[in-house]
Amino acid sequence: MSVQGRDDEETNERMSSEPVTQLGEQARAEMLEIVARYPEAQSALLPMLHLVQAYEGYVTPAGIEMCAEVLGITEAEVAAVATFYTMYKRRPVGEYHVGVCTNTLCAIMGGDRIWEDLSGHLGIGHDETTEDGKISLERVECNAACDFAPVMVVNWEFADNQTPESARELVDRLRGGEQVSSTRGPRVCSWKQAERILAGFGDDAADEGVQAGPASLVGRELADERGWTAPQGGQQAIEGRGEKK
Amino acid sequence: MTLTPVLTERWNQPDSYTRRGYERGGGYKALRKALQRAPGDLVEAVKDSGLRGRGGAGFPTGMKWGFIPSQDPASAKPVYLVVNADESEPGTCKDIPLMMADPHLLLEGVIISSYAIGAHKAFIYVRGEVLHVYRRLMKAVEEAYEAGYLGSDILGSGFDLDVVVHAGAGAYICGEETALLDSLEGRRGQPRLKPPFPAVAGLYASPTVINNVETIASVPAIVDNGVDWFRSMGTEKSPGFGIFSLSGHVANPGQYEAPLGITLRELLELAGGMRPGRELKFWTPGGSSTPMLTADHLDVPLDFEGMAGVGTMLGTRALQIFDDSTCVVRATSRWVDFYKHESCGKCTPCREGFWWMVQIFERLEKGEGTEADLDKLLDMSDNIAGRSFCALADGGVAPVTSSITYFRDEYIAHFENGGCPFDPEASTLFASEKVSATR
Ligand SMILES: Cc1cc2nc3c(=O)[nH]c(=O)nc-3n(C[C@H](O)[C@H](O)[C@H](O)COP(=O)(O)O)c2cc1C
Ligand code: SF4
Ligand code: FES
Repeated sequence: MSVQGRDDEETNERMSSEPVTQLGEQARAEMLEIVARYPEAQSALLPMLHLVQAYEGYVTPAGIEMCAEVLGITEAEVAAVATFYTMYKRRPVGEYHVGVCTNTLCAIMGGDRIWEDLSGHLGIGHDETTEDGKISLERVECNAACDFAPVMVVNWEFADNQTPESARELVDRLRGGEQVSSTRGPRVCSWKQAERILAGFGDDAADEGVQAGPASLVGRELADERGWTAPQGGQQAIEGRGEKK
Repeated sequence: MTLTPVLTERWNQPDSYTRRGYERGGGYKALRKALQRAPGDLVEAVKDSGLRGRGGAGFPTGMKWGFIPSQDPASAKPVYLVVNADESEPGTCKDIPLMMADPHLLLEGVIISSYAIGAHKAFIYVRGEVLHVYRRLMKAVEEAYEAGYLGSDILGSGFDLDVVVHAGAGAYICGEETALLDSLEGRRGQPRLKPPFPAVAGLYASPTVINNVETIASVPAIVDNGVDWFRSMGTEKSPGFGIFSLSGHVANPGQYEAPLGITLRELLELAGGMRPGRELKFWTPGGSSTPMLTADHLDVPLDFEGMAGVGTMLGTRALQIFDDSTCVVRATSRWVDFYKHESCGKCTPCREGFWWMVQIFERLEKGEGTEADLDKLLDMSDNIAGRSFCALADGGVAPVTSSITYFRDEYIAHFENGGCPFDPEASTLFASEKVSATR
């Protein structure tokens, strides 16, 4: 009788304090699919955490629990991994998570100004989300696009060569529910959809956007203009013990 | 010296990232050639080519492959190829456009390299913050399976290979090869003690080769065109071509593929020079972890030896170029923030050292420092670099020591001026656009 009572209390407590999780049988099945890609199960943990964010928006306790259970490791082990990586969030982020590169090169080329301006415009700081839940902001490190500085990213799609004005316009359009495209890539999808792709469950947008942005092509185009090519090859085969078998 | 597009050859073709676009330009021809040869011949060819790792350290690729031990077939462990596509070194921006424009080139390199080292499973570890690149890679892998370039009995050769594209989750240290392995095993990305080296005990304690994207992408051309062809470019000890990434205050920033040994003067000429009315002040040859240089080094060959000769490193050929509007103290301070943020925390000198440096730089930037602070920074640099576990620490002190070497006076000007003597607005891109708009 008393045991029964305690159980009930616990159940009630859990129901009232824990938010409803989106993680169910489908998520579990997908996690097992991820595990199957690897020779050893734990290799699946990073993509599994991306999947948790695809369902939950961030790494929730329920997500940690499910990862631990699927992999047969402790929740503490999962949490230790989740907290090591900056892409895993401990709180909900916006539908559009906006990163402004403030590493040295971008910062100097205008990233610092863009950051201040945008942060003021939205009234939020680093790792914060607007009240309508639409936009969150993060100062990001070099995103491997320095030749397009100053650089921003929206849900990890590039927004190249930004100015304070273009950055404001971009977030205003996102907040207004407009469809926005990356300067190089496809239409920007939601944060959860982006996380789903990073878990290895792709969409069909690989063909959207350009093959290369303008800065990627300057050298290639200059070579064409000047008639430069690499030396002609093909004159000689690989030497050695000869044909295979 | 002229540009030599090999890796970037197809980038201006609108469908360069599709299998069709790749094949039209001769793609997967090298794979057919390679599968006709004994794997050992390919390792020898890559050795003879003199190809050196393009991920920063410049280790000879063929030699690395040769370290994979020959195993008793009865008890053999699987061999793995892991491609380092984490590209996070500040300034470095070549692998990302390569994978976006020509993912099949990387894949062809992966298949040939795996065949050469005897791997049947390969991983491409790509940083997570580049969604569209991840899409393009996934699509390319799918297309390669469809065409029989991946899977079992590839092109009837009897060789099997599976490739997994794995997204990281944001941590610079995961570019360090042993941290990458831990991360790929689903752990916190912290470097491992070496030895054992990955060639002996890497992923899942099995023999593993880890190479940079650009290194692996260079392999098909070597197989296709031969060792002499590769060596006809570059220098004796730094043969071949590489992508030079120019960013910052140049007229036309972007990717320029050229033989190793080209100079910054030559590259600047190709990039239209510095932006109008400004002069070169300082630059990094290969990312923020390589000590900076100045206008005195315009004619030093950009190869491994040339850069070592002036106390720096070729690194990733990430040329971040700053003009005389830029405050070098501000630049360095921001880089130190980065290393503090990215230190994995495993060893005290690195974890604590960069934290203290950040405090000192805050003072310096506000004009509240003293010359003693500069000596302290140099002292700390010695301690951090000499007593830490991995090369992140050496990289992190590089901007500090090199900027104090070349620009001590500018640090002092901050104390004398009671703050930064530069106008940050003047170094922005919008400032130069305003200039050109009024022309
Ligand atoms: C802190 C740190 C970060 C690194 N980041 C990268 C990286 O993003 N990409 C890369 O290819 N190599 C990186 N490296 C170098 C790798 O450890 C390794 O040398 C390289 O991947 C080997 O490939 P390679 O021989 O083809 O150059 C990094 C090294 C350190 C110490
Ligand atoms: S030197 Fe820094 S990054 Fe490297 S292992 Fe030590 S704490 Fe980690
Ligand atoms: S510094 Fe901003 S993308 Fe490299």
